[in-house]
Amino acid sequence: MKRKKSIKERLREWDADAFDLTERTAGPMHPAPAAPEEEKPEEPPAPERETRLGSRALRILYSVLAALFGTVMLSFLLATASELPPYGAAENPVHNAVSERYIRDGMRETGAVNIVAGVILDYRAFDTLGESHVLFTALTAVLILLLGEGVHRESTGQIRMQQDRIVTNTASVLTPIIILFGVYGILTGHLGPGGGFSGGSIVGAGLILHSVAFGYDRLGRYLNIKTFRIVCFAALAFYSLSKCYSFFCGANGLHTVFSPGVPGRILSAGLILPLNIAVGVVVACTMYGLFSVFQRGKI
Amino acid sequence: MEYFELLLLGLLLVCGISTCLTKNLLSSLVIFMAYGVIMSILWALLRAPDLAVTEAAVGAGISGILMFLTLRKLRDLKRKHADETEEKH
Repeated sequence: MKRKKSIKERLREWDADAFDLTERTAGPMHPAPAAPEEEKPEEPPAPERETRLGSRALRILYSVLAALFGTVMLSFLLATASELPPYGAAENPVHNAVSERYIRDGMRETGAVNIVAGVILDYRAFDTLGESHVLFTALTAVLILLLGEGVHRESTGQIRMQQDRIVTNTASVLTPIIILFGVYGILTGHLGPGGGFSGGSIVGAGLILHSVAFGYDRLGRYLNIKTFRIVCFAALAFYSLSKCYSFFCGANGLHTVFSPGVPGRILSAGLILPLNIAVGVVVACTMYGLFSVFQRGKI
Repeated sequence: MEYFELLLLGLLLVCGISTCLTKNLLSSLVIFMAYGVIMSILWALLRAPDLAVTEAAVGAGISGILMFLTLRKLRDLKRKHADETEEKH
């Protein structure tokens, strides 16, 4: 670890197969950066290069071809980009009947003053449902990876954080404000900027700040793996159940069942408010859970 | 207003490039978080307050924290590995 390597050296090593990738993936305890030094302790790279004289020409050919390929692709992309319609012009193809109708009738049909919330949680709620499932799958993969038992747990042990007076005092003032702002963002997502994802991540950030400043014990009393599971399952199931009618009625919303209400009131906009709450709760739990898993190896 | 936007765009470029070029991972991470803050101001100026709030919370906050933790963990792993190799030799 003493000798620092430049990027060029590393690339050359990688090119000459000195980076043994199989070795590194085989042992889970192997830390990545220190591996190559251990493999070839003080061996000068010169003799190896002599045996690979033929690969030198190949390497030159390879870099020339790479540069050529990059230039051609870049010119294609630039040529395509130059034929795009001008940014923000009125007669662009994006300004068609769909967006016109969303802008004209959005507030009346969905009851959401914030048209973004109206589109993503009402008109296009089905798309959002698919997106949230992608996110949920990614999160599940991360949790499986990080919550794995055995060797991995040992290697990525708990990171101890010292309690700092500045952090503690700042957090005691800031945490309630941050969490309150996040809750406000979730609850008024259909009235103004905010919504489930951003509000939820703000709440999650507040929880993270709290746990950094005061330790896990206080928060862990009511936010442990059990509540995490229950809350995530309940919110996601509610989301899926309340939006799976799109399978049957396509793009038509159930505006007669869930009335849009009076635009501008807190209790309006049909399903948007409950959906925002569900998304916000899941996102807050997820952010805090990711932090906790990263730091301690468990929630 | 336009000058302000141009200034922000320039800063964005500087931050983006220096994030890649900085050798020290910790300072690179701090610059990356600054990039997130500038980006969120730009979203607000582009009249996308939803995105601005999300970017400020996620781009400048939580992803930075997660990467800080990863750096910390990498350092611990390196130290552990160094101890082990010293014991071997």
